[in-house]
Amino acid sequence: MVKCNPMIRLLELAGKPFIIAVEEAGRIMLLLMSATIWMFRAPFRFQLIFKQMEFVGVNSIFVVLITGAFTGMVFALQSYHGFRLFGGESLVGSTVALGMTRELGPVFTALMVTGRVGSAMTAEIGTMKVTEQIDALHTMSVNPIHYLVMPRIVAAILMLPVLTVVSDFIGILGGYFVGVELLKINSGIFVAKIVEYVELEDIFNGLIKAACFGLILSLIGCYKGINTAGGAEGVGKATTQSVVLSSITIFISDYFLTSFMF
Amino acid sequence: MIELIKICKSFKGQKVLDNLDLKIEPEKITVIIGRSGGGKSVLLKHIIGLIKPDSGQVLVDGIDTAKLNDKELNETRKVFGMLFQDAALFDSMTVGENVAFPLKEHTKLSKKEIDKIVEEKLLEVGLKNVTHKMPSELSGGMRKRVGLARAIALNPKIVLFDEPTTGLDPIMCESIDKLIINTQRSTRATFVVISHDIGSTFKIAHKVAMLYEGKIIKTGTPEEIRSSNNPVIKQFINRETAKACQN
Ligand SMILES: Nc1ncnc2c1ncn2[C@@H]1O[C@H](COP(=O)(O)OP(=O)(O)OP(=O)(O)O)[C@@H](O)[C@H]1O
Ligand SMILES: [Mg+2]
Repeated sequence: MVKCNPMIRLLELAGKPFIIAVEEAGRIMLLLMSATIWMFRAPFRFQLIFKQMEFVGVNSIFVVLITGAFTGMVFALQSYHGFRLFGGESLVGSTVALGMTRELGPVFTALMVTGRVGSAMTAEIGTMKVTEQIDALHTMSVNPIHYLVMPRIVAAILMLPVLTVVSDFIGILGGYFVGVELLKINSGIFVAKIVEYVELEDIFNGLIKAACFGLILSLIGCYKGINTAGGAEGVGKATTQSVVLSSITIFISDYFLTSFMF
Repeated sequence: MIELIKICKSFKGQKVLDNLDLKIEPEKITVIIGRSGGGKSVLLKHIIGLIKPDSGQVLVDGIDTAKLNDKELNETRKVFGMLFQDAALFDSMTVGENVAFPLKEHTKLSKKEIDKIVEEKLLEVGLKNVTHKMPSELSGGMRKRVGLARAIALNPKIVLFDEPTTGLDPIMCESIDKLIINTQRSTRATFVVISHDIGSTFKIAHKVAMLYEGKIIKTGTPEEIRSSNNPVIKQFINRETAKACQN
């Protein structure tokens, strides 16, 4: 063996995680491509898509309502204390509404759904992988990307904006409750400022974000599931990785989406 | 016809299949025997393309499956059925839905017709009143039989069985052996069976292939295997028979 230059060793050590990350990103993109192709191939899996929409959407409503309401409420409370310093209490409503529709609604909804649904996607598909159920699909000439991955991605892309609308709405309602009922801001002004400052575009852009986050969390959830190895322990590991990676990716992409859109 | 030519396969440096050659005759029952951990399941997965060989070829009706793309491979697999060693039932579906799955995916039968076939197939493997149960509610042996029913639901041309009778009581073994013989006779399909049970091997096999140290060291009729002078085969048969007697 030739003794390596320590500098090169160091670079290798530092570069390895980077190379692994790039490789993984590449494989995730390949999965996305093949899921997209399968979206347009017969048989169209409407039933599976609806089932996943129910799983992603209906079953997440409760957590989304709670997080949305309290986010709006605390946001109203905090901004009230800030604005009061220079007599700008009338702006609380529009601040809450803008914050919810542009950022907090989409991001918090996506994070909650990641924890609830993205993790379940990984665990479910991962278990199927380690118990050879995915192999069984292959032997029955059913493509797992077509059968498992595509419906989950489609469902998440469709349902995240819906959940986000719910979150936006309940968040603003929570803000109204705190602002008007508790802190005694005039309700006419509160609402008028919302109407004055919030454009349809704010809501719409927030929903586009939500759809992107839906894609991210389902794609990563499925990717980690399909690449699970090593029994029950492997499923646990994959699930944790899926939640962490999805959450990080949601935050990072949120920044870039915002900088493009607003 | 299925032909494996010079198959080599290693996992992380551990050689499992080593220049393995095997011809599987069509419309016959071929039983593969060999030691536990010897690579029988790996061999079976090569036949259906779940595992790709490091080198060598798997020919199904003269087509090299390793060279096919996903779509072509899916087409080829439509003639296959497979029973996994651990059954690999879909645990989010009921037993009935599991057996119905290949029928729903690949036939245009009505729900009623499918239900009827499912009921029949489950009866054939000796299961009654389990259609609405979840796989997690069944015993290991019952799961295996559901897997068997699912594997033969479409009457495929080629069926691969990974230890169909392991974990079943002697009476159930006997009836599964009969089921395999009768199904093969009536569908004239090609059956490849992995077995640990020498007794049932000699009962069902038209051909027996012995896997040893990554190679098929002998193929022949049950008589040829029984009268073989190869010490490895002799030892394997004798010990297995001795074990079967003990049970
Ligand atoms: N996916 C895999 N990754 C790594 N090693 C594997 C894999 N599949 C099988 N092996 C190894 O290959 C060898 C053969 O395994 P295989 O399951 O084919 O044995 P077998 O003959 O079916 O045994 P048994 O009769 O106990 O089922 C084992 O040593 C196993 O550790
Ligand atoms: Mg095995």
